[in-house]
Amino acid sequence: MRRGISAAALAGVLALAATACGGDGGSDSDSSGKKAAEDPKGVSGTVTYWDTSNEAEGPTYDKLVKRFEAAYPKIDVKRVPVSFDAAEQKFKTAAQSGKGAPDVVRTDVGWSAGFANLGYLQPLDGTPALDGKEDFLGGPMATAKFKGETVGVPQVTDTLGLLYNKAVLKKAGIAEPPRTWEEFTEAAKTIKKKTGVAGTQLNPEGYFSLPFVYGEGGDMLDVKGKRITVDSPAAAKGVRTAVDMVKSGVSLKPATTDGYVAMQTAFKDGKVAMVVNGPWSVTDDYAGSAFKDKANLGIANIPAGSTGKAAAPIGGHNYSVYRGSKNKDASYLFIKYMASAKSQELTAKEINTLPTRESAYTAEVTADPAKKAFREALSIARSRPVIPGVGDLFVAYDQHYTQILRGDTSAGAGLNALSEEWHDKLLKDYRTD
Amino acid sequence: MVLPVVVVLAVLVGYPLGRGLYLSFTDADEANIGRVIGDFHVPATYRFVGLDNYWNILSGKEGSFYPRLGWTVVWTASCVLLHYSIGLGLAMLLNRPMRGRSLYRVLLILPWAVPAFVAAFAWKLMYNTQNGVINAVLAKVGVGAVDWLGDPFVQKLSVIAVNTWLGVPFMMVAILGGLQAIPRELHEAAEMDGASPWQRFRNVTLPGLRPVSGTVVLLGTIWTFNMFPIIYLVIGQAGGTKSEILVTYAYRLAFQGVRDYAGSASYGIVILSLLLVFSVFHRRMLSRQEGSL
Repeated sequence: MRRGISAAALAGVLALAATACGGDGGSDSDSSGKKAAEDPKGVSGTVTYWDTSNEAEGPTYDKLVKRFEAAYPKIDVKRVPVSFDAAEQKFKTAAQSGKGAPDVVRTDVGWSAGFANLGYLQPLDGTPALDGKEDFLGGPMATAKFKGETVGVPQVTDTLGLLYNKAVLKKAGIAEPPRTWEEFTEAAKTIKKKTGVAGTQLNPEGYFSLPFVYGEGGDMLDVKGKRITVDSPAAAKGVRTAVDMVKSGVSLKPATTDGYVAMQTAFKDGKVAMVVNGPWSVTDDYAGSAFKDKANLGIANIPAGSTGKAAAPIGGHNYSVYRGSKNKDASYLFIKYMASAKSQELTAKEINTLPTRESAYTAEVTADPAKKAFREALSIARSRPVIPGVGDLFVAYDQHYTQILRGDTSAGAGLNALSEEWHDKLLKDYRTD
Repeated sequence: MVLPVVVVLAVLVGYPLGRGLYLSFTDADEANIGRVIGDFHVPATYRFVGLDNYWNILSGKEGSFYPRLGWTVVWTASCVLLHYSIGLGLAMLLNRPMRGRSLYRVLLILPWAVPAFVAAFAWKLMYNTQNGVINAVLAKVGVGAVDWLGDPFVQKLSVIAVNTWLGVPFMMVAILGGLQAIPRELHEAAEMDGASPWQRFRNVTLPGLRPVSGTVVLLGTIWTFNMFPIIYLVIGQAGGTKSEILVTYAYRLAFQGVRDYAGSASYGIVILSLLLVFSVFHRRMLSRQEGSL
């Protein structure tokens, strides 16, 4: 009897193991998008779309989805809002198991290479999704490529700029927004003295340290030379500029949890005068008490470091198709529609996004001072290294940069530890010297 | 008739545990595990590495195990101690006859009914440095703002406070049950013999509670040792690496960056072993005490 039981139990376990291991065969649909190109109106299916845009942006994308469905009555689109913070892991989980993954996903430009490297993204070259691809700006387009294949269609681009409260600066007697970090620090001190408003609040995410690092001629990596340069003297000097702002009280103490939200709330409530932020935040700023009069929001290029040069990273989002999607043709058409110049112009006008297509910068779009300012900021922006896992680099970067800004460790030691961690875990073939 | 039990155990416990154990002997991660995605087939290329993962963890080579274990033990011990002593105190208060006793009991059990993640977010808002209610109250009485969730040391105090708030009700109810099971006559007899309240508490109440205490302390230890949501949600990720306990670190291994399935599985097995060893010792100690009574 005993033996019978254990044999049965074993059989049960084996059966379970077998079902768990046997993946399904995947889709049979032709992935070249021939049908979508030749007979778009004949394509039918359901496109599940994971949208990582924020709540303020949602209604505009809903509007676009409705228009798309009206144009293609046989295609049904399910727009699923997914929180930006959770989307990367959520997509990886679903993509790896093949269950519950969306057909189209909006990815941060930093995720594209990583997803593609793991085989989760459908190459889009030659499909209708990349319709009119000469029109896309070079910077955003570069983020959508991986090993010679295009795995994403740039949807919005962005960079960081200096956002300031015009009324407060005026009250403090500052006529022009600061052009260097030195001027920025001085301006913040004057503002605090004359108006009582705090100068700034830094966001302790690694991404937001890049303007300081770039300003000194530093960078995270030297991809060609296969070197980790985040702990170079130049980079450390840049980070020290940020640390000094916290130490001297120019910046309110960065909030270690939800640093971005703390910064954004303080700025739009008029509690701090200047912040470094991107175009995505403008709509949210207008909702705050300090910017009821939209004209009060000033936007300038990121301040320069001691080298006299200023630069900010290029961010943004791409549309990608999941490689296991069973509705690829419909997905291509959907992306084509969403990334078209007309759609981009609409989102630019309604929710202040920066288009990725040259032709979407119409006179009407650039008439808006915020878009005009950020379009200009883009001209000095530079893209982050395009390697798989660049998004993962920021996980460790955030942790170390937070500790540095808090004063738990010095800029030099903290960046050194970060470089070691990258080398040990993610960039084993890179040199750290 | 044992068969259904065996099958259920095999499916619910055996398979996942076996799979985890197996993974902990490999170098599997997200990049080398086999997958089929549409027309894209990748064969599995992970290798069997024997005890390497365990060696990395236990020899301290991986770097973070011993400091984290230290904090996890401090966290567990202080939480369980606070749970037990506050729970005991409240249970003693509520065990006396008084008006509205059942209402107080219901009110005191409330935190236990709040889902851990709701509690975590509520406390996170209260701890907020600039807009939180705790700092607002402190400002009213003239004390400066405290960076509750920023400074690594204060961070630790903060999460212990949240977890204490969350865990006391259960202890209280369990101990209350234990108190009511102690025969009244024992107390009365002790009183007749002239025992002081303290002597009665030490010699009648505490020994009478021992069976209940043993179980709830064991349960509390296991729960607290693995109390994921409080640490993970209250402190957040970027600033909280120094306040992570072993489970939150194992989670981070499995769900951040290129997912390290093998490393995470090894951590899981190490945690399981630690708790098993603890349980065995705890049981032994209890039965020895019982024997000496």
